[in-house]
Amino acid sequence: MPKLRMTGRGLWITLLIVPPMAFVALFIVYPILLAFAYAFFDWQGLRRGDFVWLENFHTVLFVEPYRSWTLNAFKNNVIVFFALMVLQNGLGFLLAYALWREMPGARFHRIAVFLPVVLSTIIVAYLFKLFYHPLFGVINISLRSIGMGWLAQPWLGQGNTALWGLIAAQAWHMVGFPTLVFLAGMQRIPGEILDAVRMETESEWVKITKIVWPLVAPSATIVFTLLFVGAFNWFELPYIMAGLDGSPFGSTDVLGLYFYRTAFGNVSAGQQDFGLGSALAVLIFIFIAIFATTLTIRLRRREIQL
Amino acid sequence: MTRTFVTKAILALGVSAIALPAFAQELSFWSWRQEDRAAYEQFIDTFEAANPGITVNFQTFEAANYNTILSTALAGGTGPDVMMVRAYGGLENVASAGYLEPLSTETIPALADFAAPALAAESVRSDGTLYAVPFASQTQLVIYNKAIFDANGIEEPQTWEELKALSQKLKDAGVIPFANGTATAWQNETVTFGLGSSLMGKDFYEGLMSGDADFTDERFTNAIGEVAALAADYFPDGFIGLDYPSAQQLFSSGMAAMFVGGSYELATFRSQNPSIELGMFAAPGATAEDDKLVGLYFDGGYAANAAGANKEASIKFLNYLASLEFGQAFANTLNNISTVPGVTFDNPLLAEVAELNQSSIPYLMLAHFRYGEPSGSVLIQGEMQKLFAGQTTPEAIGEALTTGLSAWYEPFKN
Repeated sequence: MPKLRMTGRGLWITLLIVPPMAFVALFIVYPILLAFAYAFFDWQGLRRGDFVWLENFHTVLFVEPYRSWTLNAFKNNVIVFFALMVLQNGLGFLLAYALWREMPGARFHRIAVFLPVVLSTIIVAYLFKLFYHPLFGVINISLRSIGMGWLAQPWLGQGNTALWGLIAAQAWHMVGFPTLVFLAGMQRIPGEILDAVRMETESEWVKITKIVWPLVAPSATIVFTLLFVGAFNWFELPYIMAGLDGSPFGSTDVLGLYFYRTAFGNVSAGQQDFGLGSALAVLIFIFIAIFATTLTIRLRRREIQL
Repeated sequence: MTRTFVTKAILALGVSAIALPAFAQELSFWSWRQEDRAAYEQFIDTFEAANPGITVNFQTFEAANYNTILSTALAGGTGPDVMMVRAYGGLENVASAGYLEPLSTETIPALADFAAPALAAESVRSDGTLYAVPFASQTQLVIYNKAIFDANGIEEPQTWEELKALSQKLKDAGVIPFANGTATAWQNETVTFGLGSSLMGKDFYEGLMSGDADFTDERFTNAIGEVAALAADYFPDGFIGLDYPSAQQLFSSGMAAMFVGGSYELATFRSQNPSIELGMFAAPGATAEDDKLVGLYFDGGYAANAAGANKEASIKFLNYLASLEFGQAFANTLNNISTVPGVTFDNPLLAEVAELNQSSIPYLMLAHFRYGEPSGSVLIQGEMQKLFAGQTTPEAIGEALTTGLSAWYEPFKN
């Protein structure tokens, strides 16, 4: 290997690499390390106090009221993850299959399914807030007009419907993404394999379970992992639709909102506490990192190389 | 000729170099009131005209994140000279870190005449040090649409029963009695104390403060029970799923007759519907003899940076912000209840609020229970949402508040 001289190509490569490396170091690595460091200190507002070892972690995990807040937010994240796994990725897979099989109107639907993904979360959130409006919302008005007014609900005000309302909005918003990834995966399946299957069976079910699903495994790895990270970092949609407090009474609270409230405070809360907030952020980060890695490794193992 | 010119030029340069720091002091002044920019520019012009050599540079930041932005800047040493700060717990977040200049009647003589609760709102509890000149108070009460009340032949209620009766009358006439919704968390607190303060009563408040009572007290649990019953009958259908902006629209569009809210709503309703005629009353107690109390709190204040470079000019500016001249201009232009003593109100609505303020108790959770986690506000908001949804009882709320607050509120700790 020739020595990398600081002329010509070497210099050129260095020049190209240094700015992005510096950018990543300054705006990604440094803040993460800083959050790690912050989590070990006691904070009075924004003034750093003593080094307190793991006390902040202990507080958010084991001391009331933080303990039940943490558990409640985590529980909601888990619900969101599994619900979206079905509603977003599951539906995405079926939609992709339908588009791939070129069912009537496939060209139009390919665009229609992906269109909401392009919309800003703010727009989607406001739109669904209007849909769910108890008096003028399209859902309640429709229910009333077909004589099913008893089904009309204050959707975002009830503990048992609010989170599902948000999940439905999120699934509608993002279902186009897994659809697109799965579709790309399906289009990579070689025609010979499909011809060979056709000799054996005409059953769509066999085709999906024995051929398509195993062969789109790489796509599944991507969308599952991204969904996992997304579900546990969920913030924008609940923030806009339910507010920082996870209204009503914490039933839409997720780790992202809870972290933000703890670190930066909100109008109704007491003190803002960077230490506890950072401890939460670190825990969320570690949890996501470990699980996402495990998930990726396990899912990778079942991928088949063609 | 050339020589004199050069000499003059050097002299002029020298003089200006010495004079500049002394005369042209530029103060940075931070606020979260983007919507009041024009008014503040006017106030500042008045101040600058009276104090040549000091210029004030007004900057605004997003209200929701203002405290975060301010604390971060102060911690990083890039904070403003003068700033708006919140009151109560929100003030302590910034003040306890030592970034604010302590104030006293020595530096700002006008403070001597300010009302004690106003000054308390801008002081730190541990040692009572005052850190800001309070600027406005807000009042939680019931606002109503005069035209609707007149059309239905309704008068302001003197008792809780009368309030229920008039609500029923409105409902029968096809008008939504109250516009409020409780899907937005903080609205639950507003509704609870805007309606319930008189039912709770001054005795309860004083008992709570002296440590003789806690939230399991019947006066408190009965009051929130009554509030929830009223809401169930006379708030809009599905009000637990109705958010704050929608509730405002219901009222200002004339679909609903009353709105439980803060005096800050008056301006909003007027701008949403300029032709609306507004009235207001303090929600009554059980009998006509009970004091009719509004919930009163202070919004925020003006503080100086302890590490600021232009402290002398900052204090001068704070003195102006504490003056009757400013308070009057503030009340006239911004339609807010100025805390400066002696201010009179041209706006009849403001005059009415000021009148109602004569009989008040502090807006409870904000004034006394936002100093630790869990805050009383967070607790009452969530618990009232449960009560409105029929998932808890007033007695259980009393327990939940008292045990929840005992995590940090000393008098509840046994």
